[in-house]
Amino acid sequence: MSVTTASERLAGQWRFAPVHSSAEFSVKYVVAKFRGRFGELDASLEGGVLSGSAKVASISVKDENLYPHLLSPDFFDAEQYPEIKFRSTSIDIQGDHVELDGELELKGTTRPIHASGSIEGPVDDPMGNTRLGFTLETKIDRTEFGLNWNADLPKGGKALSNEVTLTVELEFHKVS
Amino acid sequence: MHILAISGSLRQGSYNTALLRAAADLLPPGVTVTVYDHLEEIPAFNEDRVADRPESVDRLWDAIAEVDGVLISTPEYNSSIPGVLKNALDWLSRPLIESPLRNKPVAVIGASTSMFGAVWAQAETRKVLGAIGARVLDRELPLPHAEEQFDDAGKLVERETEQELDSIVHELVEAIEARAAAPARP
Repeated sequence: MSVTTASERLAGQWRFAPVHSSAEFSVKYVVAKFRGRFGELDASLEGGVLSGSAKVASISVKDENLYPHLLSPDFFDAEQYPEIKFRSTSIDIQGDHVELDGELELKGTTRPIHASGSIEGPVDDPMGNTRLGFTLETKIDRTEFGLNWNADLPKGGKALSNEVTLTVELEFHKVS
Repeated sequence: MHILAISGSLRQGSYNTALLRAAADLLPPGVTVTVYDHLEEIPAFNEDRVADRPESVDRLWDAIAEVDGVLISTPEYNSSIPGVLKNALDWLSRPLIESPLRNKPVAVIGASTSMFGAVWAQAETRKVLGAIGARVLDRELPLPHAEEQFDDAGKLVERETEQELDSIVHELVEAIEARAAAPARP
């Protein structure tokens, strides 16, 4: 039986597979979680460092009037800050569990974040690819990045939670 | 650089229009201001007519699209935004994705004859502009007892008020310059 170390699992050159990847956020609005998704993603895995970016304008929500509001200075300010960026500073893998530290750049502010999740692979698929997948989740306070919009509820409190959950599924295919 | 100034008051002797003229006098060289004075021609907002906007709305829409920034001075009626101003903003917000106010730097000031200087109307105008997607300055100029604030030549009598107004219009100019210098657009 051979034991694969964490660094061996990440070793080599990997190509990002956007079709099999996603980046979503969820935030409580009054009573229920509101979810959105970024359609245009890029990511890399090189030398044990995981990096990624999402185009703010590719955000997808179910309300045509909410879309421009999310792009506006009240929220992401996509005109001034068209991309959200992420870069890991350390990845700790124990079995299939991942603890990751990194930096998130959002609306011109870069802050350290910690994400937890899992890693799958490397796995050989029937088409001859070797695949590696990450599922990661972190929680941020949106106001620390200047996304401050809110509305008062009639009997007190605010409509939108400051805590936002970010979830990514990232898949890579081995190049060499 | 060109700025469109919109007064939320239709009154001939409007203090808010006077405040806009005082603001125009404080702008640096090279910045021109047009005071928009056709708010009364804007009909009541009707979403059925968004696809075929009235000409008066089109003219306001185009006027905003053509300028670099907007300065709004609002009075306060019944603790809120005057209907004519809110009505115009409603027209300018549909379709929202096409609004000429999206990402446009906007400053809001205001005057009233009460002791509060239209402070709530300004806050609510900023909120509405934010929802439309404008680049709204986080500044206000509540001018109370407006009937005592201007001399016969239309100049602000209080030096402190003029300095505050000067600071706001210069911040608006800076916001316009910052937007023009933005490195990337989606």
